[in-house]
Amino acid sequence: AFFWLVSLLLSSLIWFIAVKASDPRDEPLQKGLLIFGVMFSVLLQEAFRFLYYKLLRKAIEGLVALSEDGCSPISIQQMAYVAGVGFGLMSGAFSMINLLADALGPGTVGIHGDSQLYFLTSAFMTMVLIFLHTFWGILFFHGCEHRRWWEVMAVVVMHLAVSGSTFCNPLYVGSLVPSYLLMVIAATWAYVLSGGSAQNLRRFLLCKF
Amino acid sequence: MITFMNNSDSEEEPCNERTSLMSAESPPVPSYQDGLQASEAGEAQAHRKRRTGSSRSPNNIADGDADSGVPVRESALENEEEELTLKYGAKHVIMLFVPVTLCMIVVVATIKSVRFYTEKNGQLIYTPFSEDTPSVGQRLLNSVLNTIIMISVIVVMTVFLVLLYKYRCYKFIHGWLILSSLMLLFLFTYIYLGEVLKTYNVAMDYPTLFLVIWNFGAVGMICIHWKGPLQLQQAYLIMISALMALVFIKYLPEWSAWVILGAISIYDLMAVLCPKGPLRMLVETAQERNEPIFPALIYSSAMMWTVGMAKPDPAARGPRQQTCVAAEDGRENHRSPLHADSQMSETRSPVPNRPITSFEELEEEERGVKLGLGDFIFYSVLVGKAAATASGDWNTTLACFVAILIGLCLTLLLLAVFKKALPALPISITFGLVFYFSTDNIVRPFMDTLASHQLYI
Repeated sequence: AFFWLVSLLLSSLIWFIAVKASDPRDEPLQKGLLIFGVMFSVLLQEAFRFLYYKLLRKAIEGLVALSEDGCSPISIQQMAYVAGVGFGLMSGAFSMINLLADALGPGTVGIHGDSQLYFLTSAFMTMVLIFLHTFWGILFFHGCEHRRWWEVMAVVVMHLAVSGSTFCNPLYVGSLVPSYLLMVIAATWAYVLSGGSAQNLRRFLLCKF
Repeated sequence: MITFMNNSDSEEEPCNERTSLMSAESPPVPSYQDGLQASEAGEAQAHRKRRTGSSRSPNNIADGDADSGVPVRESALENEEEELTLKYGAKHVIMLFVPVTLCMIVVVATIKSVRFYTEKNGQLIYTPFSEDTPSVGQRLLNSVLNTIIMISVIVVMTVFLVLLYKYRCYKFIHGWLILSSLMLLFLFTYIYLGEVLKTYNVAMDYPTLFLVIWNFGAVGMICIHWKGPLQLQQAYLIMISALMALVFIKYLPEWSAWVILGAISIYDLMAVLCPKGPLRMLVETAQERNEPIFPALIYSSAMMWTVGMAKPDPAARGPRQQTCVAAEDGRENHRSPLHADSQMSETRSPVPNRPITSFEELEEEERGVKLGLGDFIFYSVLVGKAAATASGDWNTTLACFVAILIGLCLTLLLLAVFKKALPALPISITFGLVFYFSTDNIVRPFMDTLASHQLYI
């Protein structure tokens, strides 16, 4: 969560400087700067995820060195999961919390001609992002662990795609549907990487062990 | 167990040395940077908790060995100690996160809902310069002067307290602390309850009010200064820290508050680490006399009962240096009694515990991490101010909250590495301040623009 926060800070700094240095009345430029800001922020988030992976790797090595039986008390997969959850929660909290605070007050959604489904879609979008961050965490760490850089690139591309799709808002079909599809793909991929299989899933669902 | 001992400066006010991370029995922790990173990551904690139960006793013995300064250690013992420390350290990080979070939640919830604490109704005498001046330079100057006055008051009170402690004026200190906590528990609670009831428009008659406050206060006094269930004690300490923090948030002018926070962390750093610092002298004196320091002003995550350190058994003796970084916040006079209280409980505890050595060992093991109440107060002041004054509202508050917790983690890490009293304020407050100003000014416009276009990053 802290790492995500720092990445957000740095990306906002870049955007802020860019905005201050540019002409505020130029609408397309502002929009362009915003797009640039978003993309840059995504890249920075992934960079920080990588940094966090490096940090955790060192920690695991330390733990292994210290432990009695040569294996770490916590595995890299667990750390990947937690890192993903941390990123996701922070990202979700920052996206939603002001919205929720405003939702407690009086007002009408979409009174100025905006979409009336604003709150609903925001909620769904945030949820899908949190899930995605969790799965991306697992995929990312797995890719770094086994040196499969295409997995890492796939995560970055997916993140860019999801962020990019939100540019279609308020045409929610354009953003929510692809995001959910990507989430399902990422979920199955992460599940398979974590050692799951169709058989495990069946056994779990039927409560057999 | 990894605990930090921070020597916080006792603020002049009775309040005391509330802040400081103290390590209770800390097992000798050889450097374990890697492991600490892991504990900082926090993910290992769940796993570690599973394994903490098994190795308690060797820990204590190891403690004793380290504390008696045995230079030669077997590497196996060292490794085991490291591992144990790691495990305990992670557990204690969690044990400290919960109360700090609770205190902050109480403060933020009150700030957001009760209007009273964000209204400007005058200032304390410790910050005489007003900030209503038109020019920026004048305002800055006034806030710096306010800070200087405040910090000097704190220094004077701290030195006074240390002198009292040195010359064994225990009764005076105890009386001071009792008066202070009396004031805190009764008067401030009364004001707080009154304001909350006003906000929610709930009617309450005086007899009921009297009954409620009397019970609350009396149980609080007993719990804090004498014996009581650990969780109740912890709850009371959290509540009084929150009350104190609210008072600070209300009565400190804007810029002065931020400058004071910065200055306090610097002072904390100096008072704890400099050889002539008052807190360090306090801790060393307490160590020489084998007495715990002001237990009532310290939040302990395990048995708060001050186990007497005066054990002949060197293995169990671990300087329980409680960094009492008293939250200087207590600028008010009623704070002083609080100080006395802790001192009283401190002297009371060694007496009954003397004959029970083995039990004490167990006690010390159980002690867990100690954090001074002043630390709680200042963390809450930072987060509360962020909640009160930031226009970006919740994002800023959340960012400050995460920053403070990460700072706390890092401090605990350092504690495990250095194994002596450390100030708990500097790192967390620095992170908190940095994140507050940057989130408020830089991140907020970005997030607002994103939210208005409903873009997600």
